[in-house]
Amino acid sequence: MTKAKRKRLIYNLVTFGLVIVAFIILENMISAKAISRSLKGQLVPICAWIIMAVSLNLVIGFSGELSLGHAGFMSIGAYTGAVVSGWLLSAFDMQDPLLRLVLAILAGGILAGIFGVLIGIPVLRLRGDYLAIVTLAFGEIIRNLVNVLYIGTANGKLHFAFLNKEKLPAGVTMLVDGAKGAVKIKPISTFEVGFVLILITLIVVLNLVNSRAGRAIQATRDNRIAAESMGVSVTKYKMMAFVTAAVLAGMAGALYGLNSSTVVPTQFTFNQSINVLVFVVLGGLGNVLGSIISATFLTILPEVLREFADYRMLVYAVVLILVMIFTNNPTTRAFVNRLASPAKKLVRKNRGETAGGGDVK
Amino acid sequence: MIFLDHLINGLSLGSIYAIIALGYTMVYGIAKMLNFAHGDVIMVGAYIAFCGLQYWGFPPVLAILVAMVACTILGITIEGLAYRPLRQAASLAVLITAIGVSYLLQNIALMIWGANPKSFPTTFINGSSIRLGQLNISTATIITILANVVIMVGLTLFTSKTKLGKAMRCVSEDRGAAELMGINVNRTISLTFAIGSALAAIAGILLCSSYPILQPTTGSMPGIKAFTAAVFGGIGSIPGAMLGGILLGVIEIFGKAYISTELGDAIVFAVLIIVLLVKPAGLLGKPMREKV
Repeated sequence: MTKAKRKRLIYNLVTFGLVIVAFIILENMISAKAISRSLKGQLVPICAWIIMAVSLNLVIGFSGELSLGHAGFMSIGAYTGAVVSGWLLSAFDMQDPLLRLVLAILAGGILAGIFGVLIGIPVLRLRGDYLAIVTLAFGEIIRNLVNVLYIGTANGKLHFAFLNKEKLPAGVTMLVDGAKGAVKIKPISTFEVGFVLILITLIVVLNLVNSRAGRAIQATRDNRIAAESMGVSVTKYKMMAFVTAAVLAGMAGALYGLNSSTVVPTQFTFNQSINVLVFVVLGGLGNVLGSIISATFLTILPEVLREFADYRMLVYAVVLILVMIFTNNPTTRAFVNRLASPAKKLVRKNRGETAGGGDVK
Repeated sequence: MIFLDHLINGLSLGSIYAIIALGYTMVYGIAKMLNFAHGDVIMVGAYIAFCGLQYWGFPPVLAILVAMVACTILGITIEGLAYRPLRQAASLAVLITAIGVSYLLQNIALMIWGANPKSFPTTFINGSSIRLGQLNISTATIITILANVVIMVGLTLFTSKTKLGKAMRCVSEDRGAAELMGINVNRTISLTFAIGSALAAIAGILLCSSYPILQPTTGSMPGIKAFTAAVFGGIGSIPGAMLGGILLGVIEIFGKAYISTELGDAIVFAVLIIVLLVKPAGLLGKPMREKV
């Protein structure tokens, strides 16, 4: 086993291990009632935000494209989840909440994936700043469209109306009511399902990243032209990352939406996309474990520090700027390396390696 | 008549977009970066003019000048502190930084001026209206369109005739070669930011004269739409920004009037996507070749 492979295996094991250990501890705390009410209410949203952060990291960190419309996919998932769950209950009288939740999450993921393909085809022909602004535009279009979407159910059938609520037949039970959002949702999300979803996300993302396709994705990030001339189909692999992320975001959206009794369009604005972006940047681009940790802490922290809630976005903004400057400016990078180098030298010395030597990775 | 009314409103809104888009297009052409914070500079400019008029009792012209100077300083500061350290970095890093700056400005404005919307005072810009037959045109509309034309002509002359303008075009064409020819690249980029930000202040005042609600997020949506306009017209091209801005303003007003009020933004963004697919370089832009 090469050194790089061993390193990757350890990294993956640590990631899975931490998530599983955290889950076991939290489950025990819940059964022992040693957990505060507010934190307990936060568990499902934390799961959803972790999935959002990890999936966005796949797009930004690994395929190197800035997507600013990730909240749009989440809203597609949340709405689909709410509609599917409400429809299953009214049309088939499906009482089992777990089955309904799983089906709703699957539907949310599939629909978000379809939208991911539809959006990806035009968007991924662009690059850099254009791609960022177009994904932003798509996020806003989706928000605009759900704002005028009306879905009702009657006699086991779904009725759709667009712009005009009066077009729905009389006597339907409203599931999605325009600007009021998805209404009268029965909250069925559980922490356990959220945990399983995180595990699925990790398996998908970590396997993808360490596969042949994943290396192709990272090659297109590092040097598009070089990758293309080596025969890597840039569009195909960027699409793969984009759609996978969209599916995962849709699933996270369904989980998040079915955790509360209403979902409104204003929950999934551009600000929410930026929120997830902060999780990813602070956790480290291309670092899955970092995304998980920062998503967890940045979701809990505003709840704990309520009196500082007004300053949250201010601090986020400063964090974005400073992290970017410190990791990308040659001077600051050299400075950080100089601070870190005595420690590295010490490690090398203890291992009996010479400075600058060692095997080639 | 209603059609003409919408058309004039569209031209007025489009002129505001065009002035904002000029700032985007100049910075993009020269620094090769999307200055996401440009929309928020507009908001700051409008707030400063608001304070000048409402609290400090400045006459309107002085308030506009103060706002322009303040925005110029702000623009140069942002460029020097946040963007200059990242001159060699990947565009992803610069873009994320710009988003950070945008949020920073919004939240500082939120702390200083609060979240409550302020209503922009009446000045000579939006005080009265002119009757032309059955049409009723507000002075704000006329001044906005006139200002747009004056700025356009002025900028075109500046970039084609003056030495500084030529330096700007050189830097946008090839930064390295410009540096070898003795052009101070950093100073040229600062100058671009200064001009763009001063224009942003004007745009902010014109925007708030036509739509007199001022809050910390006032600038973000017009900013994004103006970027759309810049892309529409061909990024880096000054006449393109003007054409794109006006077309986009007209499309938005007609879309809201004849299709749906709620879908106005969606229509604007759909236009952006279609343009990028059909003509990625924009209406007046030149397609760029990639050198390996």
